[in-house]
Amino acid sequence: MPTHTDLSQLRVAITGGTSGLGLALVRLLSAHGARIAFVARHAQAVAQVAAQTGACGITGDVGRKDDIYPIALQVTGNLGGLDVLINNASSLGPVPLALLADTECEDIEQALAVNLLGPFRLTKALIGALAASAREGRGAVVINISSDAAVSAYPGWGAYGASKAALHHMTAVWNEEAGADGIRFLSIDPGDMDTPLHALAVPDADRSALRRPDDAAAEIMDALLAALPAACLAALPANCLAGEQR
Amino acid sequence: MIAADRPDRRAAKLAVIDANGEIRHMPRTALAHLLRPGDLVVANDAATLPASLAGRHDASGETIEVRLAAWLSAGDPTRFLGVVFGAGDYRTRTEDRPLPPALEPGDRLTLGPLVAVVDEIAGHPRLVRLRFTDTRMAVLGGLARHGCPIQYAHVPEKLALWDVWTAIAAAPAAFEPPSAGFTVDWAVIAAWRRRGTEFATVTHAAGISSTGDALLDQLLPFDEPYSIPAGTAAAIARTKARDGRVIAVGTTVVRALESASDAGGAVRAGDGVARGRIGRATPLRIVDAILTGVHEPGESHFELLRAFGDDAVLRRVVRTLAQEGYRNHEFGDAMLLERRPARTAASAAAA
Repeated sequence: MPTHTDLSQLRVAITGGTSGLGLALVRLLSAHGARIAFVARHAQAVAQVAAQTGACGITGDVGRKDDIYPIALQVTGNLGGLDVLINNASSLGPVPLALLADTECEDIEQALAVNLLGPFRLTKALIGALAASAREGRGAVVINISSDAAVSAYPGWGAYGASKAALHHMTAVWNEEAGADGIRFLSIDPGDMDTPLHALAVPDADRSALRRPDDAAAEIMDALLAALPAACLAALPANCLAGEQR
Repeated sequence: MIAADRPDRRAAKLAVIDANGEIRHMPRTALAHLLRPGDLVVANDAATLPASLAGRHDASGETIEVRLAAWLSAGDPTRFLGVVFGAGDYRTRTEDRPLPPALEPGDRLTLGPLVAVVDEIAGHPRLVRLRFTDTRMAVLGGLARHGCPIQYAHVPEKLALWDVWTAIAAAPAAFEPPSAGFTVDWAVIAAWRRRGTEFATVTHAAGISSTGDALLDQLLPFDEPYSIPAGTAAAIARTKARDGRVIAVGTTVVRALESASDAGGAVRAGDGVARGRIGRATPLRIVDAILTGVHEPGESHFELLRAFGDDAVLRRVVRTLAQEGYRNHEFGDAMLLERRPARTAASAAAA
């Protein structure tokens, strides 16, 4: 379905946009014409992906409280608003993975900062823009990337799993609370993918058995399009934006 | 300003002044159930730019602060109207700040990671048309890293962006926060929805509110671009048709809606620019009541209230609120002022 979808009116922010699933999402949604701002920590990688895709690159760390509002300012300043936020950036916690009893407090704090507090803070900073989009009939969707480690108890994945479980639950609560304001929240588990994060966690994994991030990105795009108002997507320029054109 | 608002938000007070000038006092939380089914609340969803930039005047080497004060072209972050101050920061009252060095067209200003060029002196030695030399994306990045919210000496704590963005803040359009919007949170919007009170927004680029320079202050407010969504214009039409009231959250919403109004009492959706001041002689075609902070006579915000209430009523309101210990500026206390009956407004305008 997505191949012929014109997303040129869709404004999307993606965190963790320079590797793995985030990079695949930046590439896929850019290829469909969406207007994208992505966030990542390393300026050089950000510049490279921005040059390759034409997306707007923002250097920042969603795990740092002081970075959140500067990121939000650049997202809405560059895109002129926001329809979709994809909280994708993730931290494993301890690397290599460690049993909880061996996990340093600083490592679980880092996992919570990036995987839970980061999405919370960035969503809070951008929810005004998302609600404005919903009020204009464009729809508004927040996708939080989850994991099967949020549900199943895998030894060694305690910090990551606990942070993703909390994110998953927060997503569900937020979906209940913000539904009346027109904002949908989705928690999506993309499966085990062949990404730098997975390589950190399981260095000796059989990569051929892992999902390609591109496939997971395509599935997430389908879920995203399904969550947006149908009338809005089918004829976004005609129906949805007529109001803006006076 | 706003940081001080946080600890005692629940203790904040609200004065409700009806069309006859009767004043009632209640906790600000009463907003959730004070409005009627069929009323429409309109707020300004502009987020606030970090518009204070510390830096240097290259030609003289002197330290300066530039406060971005208004857009030259709505939404283009590479060009601004700016007010230049000499050395120092918000901790010195603006009235006491040293003057900046003499500014000439072509002067370069180094503002952290950004460079701006003075294109023109705009009718006052400290008021300049500025152009950043970088791309839009780089300017936004530079503002995000280096800029601070504009603030004043009455709040000692340094403010961060999260202090000056309202709960509903969307796109960065304002130079100072549309502070009446701090009375609105998501719980009160939900409470209004349950009661059948509608909520809508405009985006109005609230400009700088004060410079500390009497001549410069006379030029305020600068022209302020706004954008009115089609949904908001439609909600206003619905509200008027059912005899509901349109309640503006803050003076910026009054400026936007009245500026976009026609004689028939409808609002044009789309982009516009609010020019000039609203005052005693301005007929209100759209707004029936304003929810606002407590302002002092003489401020341009206060002048706008004269469109709503007779001077005798406003004098009594100011006196009563002072007696009752209401805090002015943006410290969290608020008033809901219903406009005088239209008949009186017309005769006031004719007078």
